[in-house]
Amino acid sequence: MTGQPEAAPVPDPARPPRRDAWDKVTGRARYASDAAMANMAHAAVVRADRAHACIVAINADEARRAPGVIGVITADDLGDLGRRFGHIVCDHPILAEDKVRYYGEPVAAVVAETPHEAADAAERVWVDYEDLEALTTAADALASETLIHEESYAGPERGFLGVKPKADTDNAAHRAELGWGDVDAALAAAEAVVETSAAFPLVYGYAMETYNALADWQPGGLHVVSTAQHPLMVRKELARIFSLPLAAVRVEVPYIGGGYGSKSYTKLEPLAAAASWATGRPVRVDTDVEGAMHTTRADGAHVTVRTGFDSEGRITARAIDIVFDTGAYADNSPLVLTKSVNRCFGPYRVPNLRVRGTAVYTNTTPASSYRGFGAPQGALAGEMNMDMAADRLGIDPTELRRRNLLEPGGTVISGKRGLDADLTADLDAVAAELDRHAGRGHEPGVRRGRAVAVTASDAGASPISTAQVRMHADGSVTLLTSSTEMGQGSRTALAQIVARQMGVAAAAVAVGQSDTLYTPFEWTTGASRTTTVVGLAVKAACEDLWRKLRAMAAESAGIDPDEATSGGGSIQVAGADLAPAAVIREWFGADAGEAVGIGVVRGHGETALLPPFWEIGAVGVEVAVDETTGEVTVEHLVTVGDVGHAIEPDLVKGQDLGAATQGLGIALWEEMVYEGEQLTNPNLIEYRVPRFTDMPRRITSVLAERGDGAGPYGAKGAGEGALNPVPAAVAAAVGRAVGVWPTELPLTPARVWALLRSAAETEAAGLAKPPTAAGGAAPSTVRGPAAE
Amino acid sequence: MTEPRPPEGEGPAPAATSVVIAFRLNGRRVETLAPVRLTAAELLRDQLGLTGTKVSCGIQVCGACTVLVDGAPASSCCLLAVDLDGTEVVTVEGLAQGRELHPVQEAFAAANALQCGYCTPGFVMMTVALLAADPRPDRAAVREWLDGNLCRCTGYAPIETAVILAAERTAP
Repeated sequence: MTGQPEAAPVPDPARPPRRDAWDKVTGRARYASDAAMANMAHAAVVRADRAHACIVAINADEARRAPGVIGVITADDLGDLGRRFGHIVCDHPILAEDKVRYYGEPVAAVVAETPHEAADAAERVWVDYEDLEALTTAADALASETLIHEESYAGPERGFLGVKPKADTDNAAHRAELGWGDVDAALAAAEAVVETSAAFPLVYGYAMETYNALADWQPGGLHVVSTAQHPLMVRKELARIFSLPLAAVRVEVPYIGGGYGSKSYTKLEPLAAAASWATGRPVRVDTDVEGAMHTTRADGAHVTVRTGFDSEGRITARAIDIVFDTGAYADNSPLVLTKSVNRCFGPYRVPNLRVRGTAVYTNTTPASSYRGFGAPQGALAGEMNMDMAADRLGIDPTELRRRNLLEPGGTVISGKRGLDADLTADLDAVAAELDRHAGRGHEPGVRRGRAVAVTASDAGASPISTAQVRMHADGSVTLLTSSTEMGQGSRTALAQIVARQMGVAAAAVAVGQSDTLYTPFEWTTGASRTTTVVGLAVKAACEDLWRKLRAMAAESAGIDPDEATSGGGSIQVAGADLAPAAVIREWFGADAGEAVGIGVVRGHGETALLPPFWEIGAVGVEVAVDETTGEVTVEHLVTVGDVGHAIEPDLVKGQDLGAATQGLGIALWEEMVYEGEQLTNPNLIEYRVPRFTDMPRRITSVLAERGDGAGPYGAKGAGEGALNPVPAAVAAAVGRAVGVWPTELPLTPARVWALLRSAAETEAAGLAKPPTAAGGAAPSTVRGPAAE
Repeated sequence: MTEPRPPEGEGPAPAATSVVIAFRLNGRRVETLAPVRLTAAELLRDQLGLTGTKVSCGIQVCGACTVLVDGAPASSCCLLAVDLDGTEVVTVEGLAQGRELHPVQEAFAAANALQCGYCTPGFVMMTVALLAADPRPDRAAVREWLDGNLCRCTGYAPIETAVILAAERTAP
């Protein structure tokens, strides 16, 4: 089960390192957490110590008198600033107003000369509460008549991507539905109906750089440095809160110390900015891990899937119910729910479908985007359901999927882009790798299980992107984009696109950091969009630059612009081949000047049809379960990165392994645990993330490059895909190893041990079947999974 | 809400809450006034401007803040600055020789052993300590040594590659 681990892949010495490598290995890389401003003060956040309560009074007198304190800010001190933020539902107070809605909610900010003084004084802010019924689970919140939000927040600020405000009568933050055909009739007529319910835990993204923001308010302007993945989204909210023009709000985002979606949209920026406005000083707000866990998490979910099959194992119908635990404020969860609804039924031919999703407000940390964006939640039940069905029908689980997978070009959802991937080939690649290294032999006290899982996500990559390329008088190029660099290596990949398009070396391409004062508009950095969508904008900017260069060359030569051509990295004018740099110098009449190209992507042309691409997840795992302890070891992880074209293959593989590892974390260890009103494990000891020694014993990373994407050179996005199916695959593999299907994650040793006990009781009662090969055919009469 | 600063009380002057410490930092002598509650990480980052050392978990679990104190790896987030008095401290800023990267830094860059980079200084420092103790570690030893450093981006395999690569380049 253990033993000497397999060798990791060897780097390709011919490839230069990523362009951020020097910065990052020397410690010189600048993050928001390193940012400072002259005369900077520090804010400490006073957080609610109960989940749901009216604020009766806040007494900050003692804190105001404490050493070093500049001011204490509560909701009452915000003057005529906007009080709330929230890009979909404007429900999130900068500081709690009349009541608090979750344990850890910011109630006041203490601004002092040093972080220690601020933290000390924050202990001396006294808040009187009157408790309300605390609703810490979605089931409780749906059942209760107590409303977490009395308002629906309807008004001019509402509405985003078709999300409607909530009803005033319940705790549902958002509902979403999808379907076609006659599901009830199809289920009634099905040869077999297989039902699966699974609970997806509350997960904290744990970006190692915790949320932080530094803000400097001055009359008529605001400058913010923060960890925001989407600086332009933050700029928009700050402009509204401070009644400033967009141009007067500068959001600067240096390197981000991990994002994974958890830093999408507005977090601490309004608080830092309000503190700066209130005190007249630049103010930093930092969080520790506890504060970060009280800032944002991913949506927890209960999902129930019922699937009807015909006698050949073809899906006749799927009925799926999704209930999200969305926490105290909506943040991006309405959109995450909508995506989960689109993704939960899998890339299969489903002639009759009914999906109902509800995102429920609860008195817990607000949930929002996290890598996978609703896909892992849906796939956990959806893909485990396929494994359970395989057992019931006596069909190999890989074969069952093959019989149902959509073909390339097939319709996942009517009106959307056809499937731009060959999933059967991807799945076959996974299965072949998994089988090739299948654990052999019998080891006493160890049970093994294997499983595959497949997902396809309608990438939420809204096609709104602009890029600017500036060619200098020596032919080198500066690329400006507001796409943020959080480790995915986008600056490296985008520079490659510029180099290819302009015929220059990648070393002659500089890529700046995102800073809304200088860099052009970008919708978001999320949904694995950058290489595809920003890549297209960069490509278009390069084409525009060539157009400008041709016009400049023609003007210098005194000919019509149409008579100049370009190709092979140069401009052809009147039989002469001119280097772009020579064209620029000649046009300016000096060794100076530059030519600028602008590229735009919008819902038009190649990107008119949504989604811009389907993000594929195709993985397999083999696990070993220790019968004595319930401990699960990942023996083999297989990922197939179906990315169309890998501009930087090592970086794509890095994304796949990183994403899959986060999936393993959700499957085996990660869970925010509430006991009563309080989060009980707000630290990295009790919230356990994957460690070095948890690394799978064998890792196989395959790239599928079929040029079938809409992005540059046939590329599609990567980054989320390899996470999405992993929790489902691990759950199914553990189910096969143990002999009982899990119903909740993470599969901690305690939970697996309980599953083993339950399997033993079933066996003792004489209900068990003979063990079959993991992943192999099983008799169709037994409820539990096949054990090896 | 902003108020004039209230007087901090009369009576005898408060006792000192800082002490002067002296230590060697990346080969150079530093003498500074350190508040007794200040952590080594705060001293390095906020007072001395060496922001390469990162703080993440704050409780000695993640390894991001690893520095070498008298050659041994230490979590600077949980070490008081005053305890650096009389020691020899090396941070990530102290590894490169002029323009020449340290072989461990070279190897991390070559192997793409980083993504967001926030854990990288800590991993680099722990690897320097590992190779000093065991110049030819096998993979199991690498995993054991680096189990106290968290990385959320890479899935660890590229880091393991980097460490083996660094060992190959530096082992006697």
